[in-house]
Amino acid sequence: MTADRPPILDIRGLRKSFHHVEVLRGIDLAVHPQELVFVIGPSGSGKSTLLRCCNRLEEPTSGSIRVDGIDIMARSTDINAMRRRIGMVFQSFNLYPHMTARGNVALALIKVLRKPRAQAEEIALAALHRVGLSDKARAYPAELSGGQQQRVAIARALALEPKLMLFDEPTSALDPELVGSVLNVMRELKRAGMTMLVVSHEMRFARDAADRVIFMDHGAIVEEGSPEEIFAKPTEPRTRAFLADLTR
Amino acid sequence: MQHGFGFLDAFFNPGLIERYLPDIAKGMAVTIEIAAAVVVTGILLGLVLAIARSFRVLPVSALIVLFVDVFRALPPLVLVLLVYFGLPNVGIYLPSFAVLWLVLSLVLAAFCEEIFWAGILSVPKGQWEAARSTGLGFVGALAYVVLPQALRLTVPPITNRTIAITKNTALGTVIGVGEILNQATTAQSFSGNATPLMMGAIAYVMLFIPVVVLGRSLETRFAWRRG
Amino acid sequence: MEAIVEQFFNIPIMQRALPLLLMGLRQTALICLMVIPLGLAGGLAFALLSRSSLRAVRSAAVVGIDFFRAVPPLVLLIFVYSGLPFAGVRPSPFTAVAITFFLNTSSYYGEIYRAGIESIGLGQWDAARSTGLTASQTLAYVVLPQAVRNVLPDLVSNTVEVVKLTSIASVVALPELLYSADMARSVTFNSSPLVLAAAIYLLMLWPIVRLVSRLERRIAT
Repeated sequence: MTADRPPILDIRGLRKSFHHVEVLRGIDLAVHPQELVFVIGPSGSGKSTLLRCCNRLEEPTSGSIRVDGIDIMARSTDINAMRRRIGMVFQSFNLYPHMTARGNVALALIKVLRKPRAQAEEIALAALHRVGLSDKARAYPAELSGGQQQRVAIARALALEPKLMLFDEPTSALDPELVGSVLNVMRELKRAGMTMLVVSHEMRFARDAADRVIFMDHGAIVEEGSPEEIFAKPTEPRTRAFLADLTR
Repeated sequence: MQHGFGFLDAFFNPGLIERYLPDIAKGMAVTIEIAAAVVVTGILLGLVLAIARSFRVLPVSALIVLFVDVFRALPPLVLVLLVYFGLPNVGIYLPSFAVLWLVLSLVLAAFCEEIFWAGILSVPKGQWEAARSTGLGFVGALAYVVLPQALRLTVPPITNRTIAITKNTALGTVIGVGEILNQATTAQSFSGNATPLMMGAIAYVMLFIPVVVLGRSLETRFAWRRG
Repeated sequence: MEAIVEQFFNIPIMQRALPLLLMGLRQTALICLMVIPLGLAGGLAFALLSRSSLRAVRSAAVVGIDFFRAVPPLVLLIFVYSGLPFAGVRPSPFTAVAITFFLNTSSYYGEIYRAGIESIGLGQWDAARSTGLTASQTLAYVVLPQAVRNVLPDLVSNTVEVVKLTSIASVVALPELLYSADMARSVTFNSSPLVLAAAIYLLMLWPIVRLVSRLERRIAT
């Protein structure tokens, strides 16, 4: 991990309000290449909103966000092109029900990267192989378990070779026995050097795989540090209260 | 007239059946042609309007809603008479069948727009987000992810509504379009016998019962495919 | 432009035609007040019959619903008004309209009720029957209330259609709203009475159409 290379994701002074409710109150965050940054916090703390601002699914109210050096808020920036560099995995998978697994992964390759169908399908198959689902290429989402669907969703994001991947509570909608399969894929991605920003409750995963843990509350970053620092020796009272609640 | 065979003779006179069969058949052809044309233009226009509405440009959406509300609230016959009698007085001369086609297409388009729009709205927001987050633009997301899902949901109501509107081709008789009812009533006046009317009714039933049954089978086929 | 206003929005002519149109409106309202409740009741009967345990009754009901949905209402009306006299029955325009509308609207409402009842999952039947309710009680207290709530937008939407349908009564010279307007048109050679009638229909039906749209959208999402 190289903390001296410029950050892939550079957030400064990010604020977001919904009507008159301020959900993000000035976030500063830098994610360096190959880092896995884990975001924890109570519901309503703004973690999801933070993630969704990074690919402008939510429009920030003020502040700046640079991905791979490019200001994604600038008017001249082609947001569709930017989104190819940022992969996003959702809590509810959001697979396209009318397409097979392979179709789901290949769609953006064909329509956005304009690759010929045969090549796109090869790449899609390779991505599915990386998440361990090449045998399910022709299956429809309705035929797959939750864990399998989420892995297809990861493959869909991976196939575009993003510089950064955002995970919004990727396992929260899964039955407990299926969670492991998805976390294994995420571990594999980390090993392969992907830069990842993860919002999740999976603390054990954070302890194993995260480089940095960030605790958010009421729209601001309260504390950040390595997993050992945060989980074993949290300094802020709110962090301690949150972690205590979790382990109850 | 022979009173013994009164009823049968009044409604099922074989001689008259033979004599007016070609006219009724001609009427069927006209009905089918106009109905087919209405279906194509009405559904297409409705889809175009719903897609236009999805761009969420306020003045455009407002105009579309205005058009749709007016054409859904007005009885088709009122529109037919308005167009047929009014337009010539401002210099536009359309033949009756064109008036019928125009009015019915606009009415069908209005209903179809609402149905397509409801379909588009019912596709979960997550689908838009997933598609946009892979870099698909608005049009790409609409075309490849949202519309395919939306359209499947709309098949039953579109079918129902199309059947209902195409039956209004019978209104053409009021302005002289040579469809089934017109042929039947003309023949009935000439012959002083209700047989042509009976033939007309049967012609309609023959045309539309298969359509209604097809519609119901489409409904059941598409009803249980949710997600 | 001038010509358009003169032909379609001629205020003096509209003013003169208004009393006649209002009388026509009254006739329209009378038709609706009679036909809509009858249709709602008839439709329920059709729907219940279509679920009868007797195959003959079931088939007859389904055939009936399909038949009267397949025949255009105008055709049925002309048949009843001009054809029945040949069988010795001579209905007045109003009677012909009443019979036609009853048959037509019952079948449409019937189809809506039928779809609504069918959409109630078996689980509801199971639960109710397993507490000892009979089939009729289940239908009356558990299934129908839910079914009707589910299809309420369709019922309202169909009622709007019935109101619009009254305009075809003009073809058999029943002096409802459209007939009066068309009469005024032919006397004045001006289409403004028709525009006035359209405005009256809009006034009556536009709010309901908007309401139906919103209801439909809420059900779909």
